[in-house]
Amino acid sequence: MSPLRDWPIKRKLTAILLLISGLVLVLTSAAFVTYQVVTFRGTIQSHLATRSRILAANSTAALAFANEADATEILAALKYDPHMVAAALYNQDGRVLATYPVAATADLIPAAPQPDGYRFEGGRLVGFTPVAQGGKRLGTLYIASDTKDVSDALRLSGIIAIVVLAIAMLAAYALAAALQGRISAPILALAETATAVSTRQDYSVRAPKLGEDELGTLTDAFNQMLVRIEDQDRELRRYATELEQRVAERTQELQERHEAVRRNAAELLAANQELDAFAYSVSHDLRAPLRSIDGFSHVLLEDYAAQLDQAGRDSLQRVRAASQRMATLIDDLLKLARVTRAEMRTEVVDLSGMARDIVAELQRATPERHVEFAIAPGLEARGDPRLLRVALDNLLRNGWKYTAKQPRPQIEFASTNVNGERAFVVRDNGAGFDMKYADKLFGVFQRLHSAAEFEGTGVGLATVRRIITRHGGRIWAEGAVDRGATFYFTL
Amino acid sequence: MNAGKILLVEDNPDDIALTMRALKSHNMTNDVVVAQDGVQALDYLFGAEGGAGPDELPAVVLLDLKLPKVNGLEVLQRIRADERTRLLPVVILTSSDEERDLIDGYRLGANSYVRKPVDFVEFTQAAKQLGLYWLLMNRAPPVPRRL
Repeated sequence: MSPLRDWPIKRKLTAILLLISGLVLVLTSAAFVTYQVVTFRGTIQSHLATRSRILAANSTAALAFANEADATEILAALKYDPHMVAAALYNQDGRVLATYPVAATADLIPAAPQPDGYRFEGGRLVGFTPVAQGGKRLGTLYIASDTKDVSDALRLSGIIAIVVLAIAMLAAYALAAALQGRISAPILALAETATAVSTRQDYSVRAPKLGEDELGTLTDAFNQMLVRIEDQDRELRRYATELEQRVAERTQELQERHEAVRRNAAELLAANQELDAFAYSVSHDLRAPLRSIDGFSHVLLEDYAAQLDQAGRDSLQRVRAASQRMATLIDDLLKLARVTRAEMRTEVVDLSGMARDIVAELQRATPERHVEFAIAPGLEARGDPRLLRVALDNLLRNGWKYTAKQPRPQIEFASTNVNGERAFVVRDNGAGFDMKYADKLFGVFQRLHSAAEFEGTGVGLATVRRIITRHGGRIWAEGAVDRGATFYFTL
Repeated sequence: MNAGKILLVEDNPDDIALTMRALKSHNMTNDVVVAQDGVQALDYLFGAEGGAGPDELPAVVLLDLKLPKVNGLEVLQRIRADERTRLLPVVILTSSDEERDLIDGYRLGANSYVRKPVDFVEFTQAAKQLGLYWLLMNRAPPVPRRL
């Protein structure tokens, strides 16, 4: 049998009710039986006393005269009471004068009288009564009665008690069974509802309310809780659905975008390949005719110099100069294209060291020029070393070129802080430029000086800007005519 | 002048004329054989349609890259793939200075890579130096016996 705490509530309630009513009934019955027995014993004791005193009064003469026959006759009257077991009369000396029944055995009659009084002894009620006349004690009367009446009464009240107990218990059980439902039914209903909620996740069920007591309040509270949970659950489901929908929409959108990006990338790749092919053919095919123009102009100058006058020779020289200039332009354009196409490899670049190398190269190429260089030590940046070298080379070469007419040329490479951002600076004290044209400085083929003043193709600074832009940086310039130029760039 | 010919593989008649003129000014014209495309160059080296090639291999091949039919790099590949011409000195002489062409040229076994200068004076200098170097100064690899 399972422990009490695991019993279903119905059984618990029934058991408790039965236990309580059983206990009450048993105690009541016991009290009833005890009362019956005690009362009955008192009654028969007083009957015996009365009878003893009557007999004692009648026996005075027989005792006074020690008349054995009279005494026996008096005692013989007891035969009319079937409960009388034995009787005896003792004289003053305590000797037995007469007995009832006449042939009473020794175990029925005590050998000597005992102290006066009535008591239950060995299943019998015995009594010793003094026999006296005129204040003088003549002897003692002994009477023994059976207690059959008492045991009969005890048995009867016992039977009555058991029957009443049984009937009462049955009634209690029936009542308990009928009434426990009042308490257990709402609890069971609650339990069932809770089980339904937890197993089926069905928050729409409600516990039936069976009364206005505390269980009714509990049911109400439970139902309200369910209403709230149901609302929240519905809300949650709505959010989940919405979320799913949004995720799906977003995924779709992303896929479309991804597709678009992929298409763009493919288009870009195609464009890049076209650009590649274009650059390649420019490199190869545009140069060949230039070589012919220059070559055959040269042939003319060499072989037919005699047939040409000064103007003709001059014209041919101009043809040659133009073809060579065009070759330079083509080469610069190719460099610009390469800067745009080249793959970036990012690493930490020692810009100071790079600047020193470029300056050394410039000085080797034109040893007759003396330019004062100031290169700040320890300038570093993250970027593609080859591209940054091209950019720095163009900027320093620019300074070198435009300080050519300056008696004390100075070029500086340093870093500064512009609005909290580190910017590198290339500054010269050369020809400078008019700030009006600052926006044209970085355009392809844009030149602020004539070729006669300073030679150049107008591609160098455009190349620099592309490199800086590819590094995610900015480049700008400040200057004034004949006051030098300052180039700032960030990386 | 020492024996040995220059095989000039060049499709541009102007470039041929200018190269010949440059070489002529240094008395090297007689030693130049011109092939105007890749097929002609291969025919000269290996003989047309399985026929015999020249009795003697040229001392050097001056090879343009951009050629009709079979381009310069393919010609170079074929030269290096053949046992007879595996060691033949090949100089790439081209307008291109694309990094890609440089890498491909050297990877396929070119001995030298020269970009044709636009300036005729420089061009003449380059042609002269190439001729002198490969015909006179350079020791050609031993020619394998013909089978």
